[in-house]
Amino acid sequence: MTPRLLVLTVLPLALACSVAGAQTPRTPWGAPDLQGTWSNATLTPLQRPADLKDKEFFTADEAKAYVKQRLSAQSGDENIQQDKTTGNVGSYNDAWMDRGNDIVPTRRTSLIVEPKTGRVPAFTPDAQRQFERDSAYAAAHPADTPEDRYLTERCIGFGGGHAPMLPEPYNNNYYVVQTPDYVTIMAELNHEVRIIPVDGRTHLPSRVTQWVGDSRGHWEGDTLVVETTNQKPNRHYYGVQMLDSVVSDKFKVVERFTRTARDQIRYTATVSDPVFTTPWTVEIFMHPQTGQMVEYACHEGNYGLRGLLSATREEERKATESKR
Amino acid sequence: MMRLKFVLLTLGALLAANTHAQGSRANDIPRLANGKPNLSGVWQAFTTANWNLLTHGASAGPPEFGALLATPPGYGIVDGDEIPYLPAGAEQQRRNYAARWKEDPEVKCYMPGVPRANYMPYPLQIFHSDSGMLIAYQFAGAARIVNLGRAQPSAIDSWMGVSNARWDGDTLVVDVTGFTGQAWLDRAGNQAGPALHVVERYTFAGPDAIDYSATLEDPQTFSRPWSMHFRLHRNSDNHAHLLEFKCVPFTEELLYGDVYKRTKQ
Repeated sequence: MTPRLLVLTVLPLALACSVAGAQTPRTPWGAPDLQGTWSNATLTPLQRPADLKDKEFFTADEAKAYVKQRLSAQSGDENIQQDKTTGNVGSYNDAWMDRGNDIVPTRRTSLIVEPKTGRVPAFTPDAQRQFERDSAYAAAHPADTPEDRYLTERCIGFGGGHAPMLPEPYNNNYYVVQTPDYVTIMAELNHEVRIIPVDGRTHLPSRVTQWVGDSRGHWEGDTLVVETTNQKPNRHYYGVQMLDSVVSDKFKVVERFTRTARDQIRYTATVSDPVFTTPWTVEIFMHPQTGQMVEYACHEGNYGLRGLLSATREEERKATESKR
Repeated sequence: MMRLKFVLLTLGALLAANTHAQGSRANDIPRLANGKPNLSGVWQAFTTANWNLLTHGASAGPPEFGALLATPPGYGIVDGDEIPYLPAGAEQQRRNYAARWKEDPEVKCYMPGVPRANYMPYPLQIFHSDSGMLIAYQFAGAARIVNLGRAQPSAIDSWMGVSNARWDGDTLVVDVTGFTGQAWLDRAGNQAGPALHVVERYTFAGPDAIDYSATLEDPQTFSRPWSMHFRLHRNSDNHAHLLEFKCVPFTEELLYGDVYKRTKQ
């Protein structure tokens, strides 16, 4: 290659890269192309840890230290040692976890970017009272029936498979396929398929609720904007990151997917639900994956839920006997 | 401008050649930008194969449900109307049949496996582009990524298998392996084992119909490979798309009711 040819080749590339829109890969029909396999695994927690107070961003050095500390603190094997002393059987060891090896590229201290506290906002007084009623009921009825348990334990849903798509401790992979009428996202966790029409059709009637809600998308420039309503209210909706909350029938999420680079989707989601004193927004970055997604057959092998219910019955039986 | 004209002329010539080679039918089916048939859409089979793959008469369901859960009669979809079981496979089918109201994975909302997912009385939706393909099934929210790239081996055994696709002219041929062997083929208890290898063929029969066939090979269960044929019909109603059918909560009482704590209302 002669030097002149090299210059001719490099220059247009450099120009293209300087304009974000120009480097957005496109489908044959001209929509931004979000297709492929992506992961939103991250070490950044949903909510800013209390000890970081009003610190919104890490410096580069602080980030390095935080990542190192998070990776070493994650040793599930250590947890199991500790659990032996308490009698708790413990959780999975590290081999099963996939929280990624880094924090978000902005070095924010939490996935929540609004409000500035980096934390889920307070409930309104009414919602707070409902939350306390629900919590009291849950404490008195830890496992009467599956309905007392988390959606994850029942294999009904995980945080990543619906709006807002919050990372979970493992299997944070997504497969995206697009047609002119749909953007469809399959989450590896619980083989959840989010079918998002982008052809302008209206939402389901409000009386019809779904565990994944009802999503409608449209393009704003190069950003896919998805509005989700018709959410089936459930205390355990948000997955492992939040565990418990209150979800009302006015719950709404607006998500925005932007392919900010060939190897990055910037994802934001704003949750507005009148149970909260203010809406809240997360910002998460998705990165391409090369491996194939595997089937997460949860319900088909759910020995855990039966074990949990039958163990609770056994504890109750023992408690009754010891009273006699 | 000259260049655009040339492209259009070339495109026209290609289309003409295509028509000539494949008959007029090839013209009226939806196609992707890369020229391959576009299988996107909401599809459903009009067969009674989910009750029984073979030709069968009507029969009663559990008595408390009257006509509601009775088996509708229908012609079979299996070539030769016979499944060539080895003795152990035939025995397994008989055991399954006797226990069908409890043990059919459909009762428990387990993923239906392939090919059963394609002829259940529920819609499926295919999302197909030049670079990707996903088949979403309404029943149990089961789904399959169909790999259009270089074939990949199955990493683990699974209910829905690992699907690798290739084109044979205008027919999409999907090779499916890596099964757990726990899926049933119908409510009559027909079942293959973990060695099952399915080869599916999807061929358009006009813009709103796909001729589907599957060849099942499992030397541990069957004495020879055997095939089934049926048609998938497009649901072209306005705005048809899959709604959520998460049946897991509907099965909890059935699966775990014996370890519930019953509290007085």
